[in-house]
Amino acid sequence: MSAERGTTSLPASNSVVIDVQHLTKTYQLGEVEVHALRGVSLSIHHGEFVAIMGASGSGKSTFMNILGCLDKPTKGQYILDHIDVGSLSRDALAQIRNHKIGFVFQGFNLLSRTSAIENVELPLLYGETPSKVRKEKGVAALERVGLGDRIHHYPNQLSGGQQQRVAIARALVNDPSIILADEPTGNLDSRTSVEVMEIFQQLNDNGITVLLVTHEPDIADFAKRQIVFRDGKVKADKMNSDRKSASKVLAKMPAIDEEDNE
Amino acid sequence: MKKLNIVLSAFRALQRNKMRSFLTMLGIIIGVGAVIAMLAIGQGAEISVKDQIAALGSNVLIILPGSQQQGGIRGGAGTMTTLTEEDAAAVARECPDVAYVSPGARANGQVIAGDMNWATSIEGGSADYLNIRQWALADGEFFSDADVKTAAKVCVLGKTVVDNLFPETSPIDQMIRIRNVPFKVIGVLLKKGQNAMGQDQDDVILAPYTTVLKRLSRFPFLRQILVSATSPNTMMQAQKQITELLRLRHKLVSNDADDFTIRNQTDIATMATATTEILTILLASIASVSLLVGGIGIMNIMLVSVTERTREIGIRMSIGARGKDILTQFLIEALVLSLLGGIIGILLGVTGSMIISKLAQWPTVITLFSIVLSFGFSFAIGIFFGYYPARKAAMLNPIDALRYE
Repeated sequence: MSAERGTTSLPASNSVVIDVQHLTKTYQLGEVEVHALRGVSLSIHHGEFVAIMGASGSGKSTFMNILGCLDKPTKGQYILDHIDVGSLSRDALAQIRNHKIGFVFQGFNLLSRTSAIENVELPLLYGETPSKVRKEKGVAALERVGLGDRIHHYPNQLSGGQQQRVAIARALVNDPSIILADEPTGNLDSRTSVEVMEIFQQLNDNGITVLLVTHEPDIADFAKRQIVFRDGKVKADKMNSDRKSASKVLAKMPAIDEEDNE
Repeated sequence: MKKLNIVLSAFRALQRNKMRSFLTMLGIIIGVGAVIAMLAIGQGAEISVKDQIAALGSNVLIILPGSQQQGGIRGGAGTMTTLTEEDAAAVARECPDVAYVSPGARANGQVIAGDMNWATSIEGGSADYLNIRQWALADGEFFSDADVKTAAKVCVLGKTVVDNLFPETSPIDQMIRIRNVPFKVIGVLLKKGQNAMGQDQDDVILAPYTTVLKRLSRFPFLRQILVSATSPNTMMQAQKQITELLRLRHKLVSNDADDFTIRNQTDIATMATATTEILTILLASIASVSLLVGGIGIMNIMLVSVTERTREIGIRMSIGARGKDILTQFLIEALVLSLLGGIIGILLGVTGSMIISKLAQWPTVITLFSIVLSFGFSFAIGIFFGYYPARKAAMLNPIDALRYE
């Protein structure tokens, strides 16, 4: 909750979840070479809550995509949960995404015309979980994000904040090693943003490692550690000495009645 | 991912675009329907031809005298006078696989009954003639062995002859004159219709062959001997027995050619069946072109669908779908389209051919084979035309798919 160094104070803190060394990523755009990452080295431990900040074009999203095994680095090493991801096949990467990573996107990325519970169960479907267990886990994940009463709603029947919470439940359902959130509050108003951050903080309090990309300092203030990217490099990496509690912020906020979570 | 789930989600994906799914299926529906209907028509024709040939008497053998040769000039089959009544009797007596024998003679001539007259042919036979031809009487009776022995001047009329000579009254026990020889009508044949070659089989008068030979024919030798084998299966044995017997009786030694010919109906049947089979294949291949076009329609729509749903593919991949999961998903969608289209097409084809046979009086036969064939064909089309788009989807790069707008 405070300025203490998360890497040493949390239980199981010795286990490194993410370890990247000299990561570079170069895109070829026609004649021009774009250096999105120019040698990034850092490690993230179990139980951390990291915010990655930076202006657009700083390479933070590229970094996120590589961490999420959606993209491959041009050079460098990426070890996730003691697995060297660089050497894995497409199928093996898919399984890593399925078992070890939970994604939350800016645009929610739920399947339309598919109910909340079905969206949440989707990772379990690809993980060959028996249908009864699937249902139980799906409901449990939705209850965890406070949507236990809306499991059969469709995305178009839910507000933005609720959709993002469905996405968080989907990210949670497979008990991943880390949750990667790419601008999760980018499409939400300020109150809903804080509500979503409250959920992330609660999950983190329960021992889930969270890594979130944002360009809003307000949002980054809810994290325990802040890493700033600029021009494809880590410019700053510091513990957040003034970490805010989303619950407290919410309590102080004027209650805008009937917003989205009546 | 469990198979049932994939199938269910494929159905759901197709439901989202009902109109498009239906139009895509329409190609397969029409293709399969056309194949089924065309096969039904073709096979209907095939079977009716076979029936007509069977009506000739499927186990009938015709023994013809050999061709005559004078100097270098060879006459046609039947120009020699090598077949005798004794040959016919011997065949009946000594060949175990022969059921009936009817020596044949023929004459043509004007027939007069009262104030009516009609030109027709007079067919001579034994009392077993109807058994061989598998023909029956509509009225009266057939001539007996005694009539044949005594060359009685009795006759049995075909339906066409009756219609022309006795339009009003019953011909039984009436007298007619054939080439000025008076005959008593003792029976009328059942209508048999046209044969496979289009000849009217009812335009005939039957009489004992002895009478035809003695009274009517200018050619007092047997034209042919009609023989029926005990069953269609023993036809080849019967033919062999007759050949051996006649060679012996005609004192032919090993190198001499036969001085007679034995024909059977299988040649005609084979030819006619082959013709209708070609017809069936032709019709079905024209119809299968539309099935092919339907398949291309499926591929087209699946490609559009993959492009449209690139983002969905990206989402699925980001949460752990493997390439083969995506491949299966789109392949199953293509299969559901083509198989559903196939089933509807089968129903359409079956009802269509029933309507055709009702309206056009055309015999149609729907076989299990044609249904299995077109169902299998639509399955193959689903796999074949669904594979490329599905593979395209499966090969997408997750990050590109996710970023696709």
